[in-house]
Amino acid sequence: MRLFVSEGAPGSLPVLAAAGRAQGRAELLISTVGPEECVVPFLTRPKVPVLQLDSGNYLFSTSAICRYFFLLSGWEQDDLTNQWLEWEATELQPALSAALYYLVVQGKKGEDVLGPVRRALTHIDQSLSRRSCPFLAGETESLADVVLWGALYPLLQDPAYLPEELGALHSWFQTLSSQEPCQRAAETVLKQQGVLALRPYLQKQPQPGSFEGRAVSNEPEEEELATLSEEEITMAVTAWEKGLESLPPLRPQQNPVLPVPGERNVLITSALPYVNNVPHLGNIIGCVLSADVFARYSRLRQWNTLYLCGTDEYGTATETKAMEEGLTPQEICDKYHAIHANIYRWFNISFDIFGRTTTPQQTKITQDIFQRLLTRGFVLEDTVEQLRCERCARFLADRFVEGVCPFCGYEEARGDQCDKCGKLINAIELKKPQCKVCRSCPVVKSSRHLFLDLPKLEKRLEEWLGKTLPGSDWTPNARFIIRSWLRDGLKPRCITRDLKWGTPVPLEGFEDKVFYVWFDATIGYLSITANYTDQWERWWKNPEQVNLYQFMAKDNVPFHGLVFPCSALGAEDNYTLVSHLIATEYLNYEDGKFSKSRGVGVFGDMAQDTGIPADIWRFYLLYIRPEGQDSAFSWTDMLLKNNSELLNNLGNFINRAGMFVSKFFGGYVPEMVLTSDDRRLVAHVTLELQHYHQLLEKVRIREALRSILTISRHGNQYIQVNEPWKRIKGSEADRQRAGTVTGLAVNIAALLSVMLQPYMPTVSATIQAQLQLPLPACSILLTNFLCTLPAGHQIGTVSPLFQKLENDQIESLRQRFGGGQAQVPPMPAVVEAAATAAPRQVQVLMDEVARQGNIVRELKAQKADKNQVAAEVAKLLDLKKQLALAEGKPLETPKGKKKK
Amino acid sequence: MAAAAELTLLEKSLGLSKGNKYSAQGERQIPVLQTNNGPSLTGLTTIAAHLVKQANKEYLLGSTAEEKAIVQQWLEYRVTRVDGHSNKEDIRTLLKDLNSYLEDKVYLTGYNFTLADILLYYGLHRFIVSIVSFFSVMFRMIFL
Repeated sequence: MRLFVSEGAPGSLPVLAAAGRAQGRAELLISTVGPEECVVPFLTRPKVPVLQLDSGNYLFSTSAICRYFFLLSGWEQDDLTNQWLEWEATELQPALSAALYYLVVQGKKGEDVLGPVRRALTHIDQSLSRRSCPFLAGETESLADVVLWGALYPLLQDPAYLPEELGALHSWFQTLSSQEPCQRAAETVLKQQGVLALRPYLQKQPQPGSFEGRAVSNEPEEEELATLSEEEITMAVTAWEKGLESLPPLRPQQNPVLPVPGERNVLITSALPYVNNVPHLGNIIGCVLSADVFARYSRLRQWNTLYLCGTDEYGTATETKAMEEGLTPQEICDKYHAIHANIYRWFNISFDIFGRTTTPQQTKITQDIFQRLLTRGFVLEDTVEQLRCERCARFLADRFVEGVCPFCGYEEARGDQCDKCGKLINAIELKKPQCKVCRSCPVVKSSRHLFLDLPKLEKRLEEWLGKTLPGSDWTPNARFIIRSWLRDGLKPRCITRDLKWGTPVPLEGFEDKVFYVWFDATIGYLSITANYTDQWERWWKNPEQVNLYQFMAKDNVPFHGLVFPCSALGAEDNYTLVSHLIATEYLNYEDGKFSKSRGVGVFGDMAQDTGIPADIWRFYLLYIRPEGQDSAFSWTDMLLKNNSELLNNLGNFINRAGMFVSKFFGGYVPEMVLTSDDRRLVAHVTLELQHYHQLLEKVRIREALRSILTISRHGNQYIQVNEPWKRIKGSEADRQRAGTVTGLAVNIAALLSVMLQPYMPTVSATIQAQLQLPLPACSILLTNFLCTLPAGHQIGTVSPLFQKLENDQIESLRQRFGGGQAQVPPMPAVVEAAATAAPRQVQVLMDEVARQGNIVRELKAQKADKNQVAAEVAKLLDLKKQLALAEGKPLETPKGKKKK
Repeated sequence: MAAAAELTLLEKSLGLSKGNKYSAQGERQIPVLQTNNGPSLTGLTTIAAHLVKQANKEYLLGSTAEEKAIVQQWLEYRVTRVDGHSNKEDIRTLLKDLNSYLEDKVYLTGYNFTLADILLYYGLHRFIVSIVSFFSVMFRMIFL
C-alpha cells in the first residue's frame, strides 16, 4: 500500500492516527506530493491523502482510508460509527474547513473562527454527555473517535477554540490527544507549529463556500421541527386564541382528600424508606421524588390525587441501630422519622401524608388481614432451625449473625448473604457463627414459624395479573421480575420473626414473635391512610374507582407486585391493588455505589449543605432518573446540565422573554398579530406539550423533562431569529413585529412555568410570580397551549432564575463526598468540611500533587508545547490548593524561581 | 427525489415488507429513522446500510475489507459531492470523473453490485434527464 500525503494536508492526521492505532503503519509506504498534484487518475481535482491499494484501487476519502485500516485490524462496521462518519463528512467537514480557512489563510480570530463550528462542537459534546460514554461509539475508542479527533485536532489543540463549557468534548479530546498513535500523528503533521502548519496546503485550496447560509440554528439536531399539517396548525391556533376562557374552574381543596365517584381518583404511594438510615440520592430519586413529580402532575391535571408515604419502622435493623446508639427502638424511630421528614420537606416533596408504621392502626389492619388469611386456610405452620444466642436470650435474625462464608471462606459474611461472593446463605450454615451483639457463639435451636401459603394463592394472583397488566403502565423491569418469580414457582414465605420490635402475631403460641416485613411493610400504606382519615377504606377497598400508582426501586417489586397482592387476594376483602407499578433501576454515584459506611455519595441531609438549591437537585436527579437502565450521578455532569440546560437554555429564554416585556413594553404584554411563522410555532409548542402529556401519563418522567427543554430551545431560537431588540427600534411594522414576538415568547415562558411545576416547584412559582400568571393558569395544565398572558396583562419584576455552578465549587464538593466523609461532623458548612477533611483524603491529594509535579517536570525537560505545560501547571496548582484546604492550612504562595 | 422516498424505494428493492416511516431534519432534510430497539439513525447512507443489514443482504456492503471501504467511499461521495454540488460545472466534472472511473469497471467496486451503485444511481437520476453525455454511464449501470 502506498499513502500519498501533502505538507499540511489536514486529512493526514486521522489517516496516520488510524494507521498507527490499527497497526497498519508497518506496511505503509508514504510518498509526499505537492498540494496540486493529481494522484488519482480519474479525479479531475487534486485530492490528498490518497491510499493506493495493492490491487491498484484508490481510496481518496479520508474516512474510507481510516475505515480500511480499522477493517484490516478486524474491526466490524456498525450503525453508530457509520452515522458519525456520515455526519463528519456532511456536517462537520464543511464547517471545519471554513473555520480553518478563516483562521489559517485569512488570519481571523475568535468568534469568526469558532462561529461556524460551534454547533458541530456542541453536537459532539451533547452526544457524549447524553450517552454518558467516554467515546463516540461506546466504551472503547474506535474509528469514529479517530476520524473526528483527526479532523478537529488542528483547531482544538489551541485551547482558545475548545470552549470550556463543553466539558464532555473537552475530556474526550484530551483523552484521545494523549494516546500514542494520535500524538505521533499530530507531531508528524503539525510539526509543533500548531495550526499554521496547515498553511502551505490550505492556501492552495479554493475558499470554502459561504457557511452562513447553511446552518443558522444553534439547536441539537435531534430537536428539529416535525412537519405539521394545516389542520393541526389551525386547531392549535384556535385553542391558543381561546386563552384563559378554556380553563375549567379550579377544583376546591378537600381535606381529607377522598375518592369521588365518576372522577379519576389517583392514589400514589412511594416505597416506605427504612427508618434507620438517612436516604441517599438514589433512594430519593427511586421513590419519593419520582412519585412527587407524578403527584404534582396529577394535580395539575385536576385529577383527584392522594400522595402518601411514611417511614417503615419495624424490624431487626431498627433494633440493631437502637443498640448501637443506646436508645430504645421507639426513640430511634422518633429520631429518624424526623430526619426523614426534614429531608423530604427540604426537597419539596408534596406528600398529603407522611406517616409511620409503628401505630395502633398498623397492628389493627395487619392482624385483621392475618386473621382473614388464617380463617381461609392460607397460613401454614412449620419449624425452622435458627441460631439462638443464649447470652442475649434470643433467636438471631439474619443481620444479627456473622461468620465465615460456607462457600468462599470470607470471614465477615452476614447471616443472609456473603458480601464477597454474593451467595445467599442460610444462617445456620455459617461457619464459626458469632452473635453480632455480644460476640458469643450461638447455638442451633428450632423455632416455630408461620408461612403465607403462596402456592395456594398463585392462581388468583395470575388471574389478577392477567386482568391488570395488559395496557397498564407497569415498568418493564417490574413485569420481568414478577414473571420470573412466577416462572420459578412460588414457595411458602415465612411471615414471622423472633423479634420484639414489630407487629405482634395474634395467635396462641406466637406471643413472643412479630410479623416479618415481608408481610406487614406494605400494609403500612393502609395504616398510614387510616391515620389520616377514618374513611381510609374508601381508598383502599375501592378497586373500581381508585387508580393505584406505586413507586419504588426494583428491589421492592416482589413485595408490591406479588406478596401484598397475594395477602390481599387471600383476605377476600375487596382491597385496592396496584394498577401501575413503577420501578426504577439503580442510581450509582460517580463510578461506584453509594456507601454509607465508606462515606461515599451524597445523602439527603447533606444535599442541603452544598449551597445548591433543592430545585437544582431535583432537576438533575430527574434528568438522570434511572428509567429503563442504571444511571450515575456525576458532579461534572451536574455542573454541565445546570450551566447548559438551566442557565443557558431554560433560564435564559424565560428571562429574556420577561425582560423584553419590561424593557420594551413597560411591563405590559404587547398586542400579538400572528404571522404564519408564529402560527406554526404555536402548533409546534402544542405538539411538544402533547408529547409531554403522553409521556407523563405513562410515567416516563425523565423523557418528559426533555420536552420542557425542547420548547425552551424553540423559544430561544425564535427570539434569536426574530431579534425583537432590533425591531423595537425600527418602523411601526417592525415594532409591531417585536411586540408579537415578545408576546408569544412570554406566553411560552408562562406555559413552561406550569410544565416545570412537577419538576422544579420553587422555580415554577418564582416564574409565575414574576409573570403574575393568573391563578387558574398556574394550577391547571391542559393539553393545548393557551394564551394565558393576553395583551395588556401586566407582569411583575423579572430577575434571573439560575446561578452558574463553578468548577472549583463542584470540585470541592466532589472531594468532600468522594469518601472518608463519615468522619466529618454532621451538617458541616462547606468550608469547615474542607478544613477537616479525612486524613486519607489528604494522603490521596499528596500523592496526586507528587504525581502531577513529575508530569510538569518531565514536560519542561522535554521542552514540550507551552500550552500543554501551562495546562499541567494549572492542574498542579489546583491540586496544591485542594491539599492546602484539606489540611486546613493557608494557601502556600508560589515559590518557584526565587529559590533557585 | 426526497431522501425518505429514496429509502422507501430501497426498502422495496431489498424486499423489506414492513415499511419504515422517516422524518426529515433541518434545512437539508436529512432523513431520520426511529428504530424500535435503539436510538434513531440519522443520515441517508447510515440508514441505507442499516436497511441492507436488516434485509440480511450484507454482501451489498462489500465482502472484503477493500470492498467495504470502497463502498463506503462512494456512499460518502454520493452525499457530499453528488448531493452537495453547487453548479453546473460541478456536475460536469463529477460526471466526467465517474465516467473515467467506470471505464474499465462494471460496478463501482469492480464486478460486484453493491449499495454504492444503488445510491449513486438514485443520486444521479435527476441529472440524466438534462445531460445526454452521461447516458453511457447510466446505460451500463442499468443494464449490466
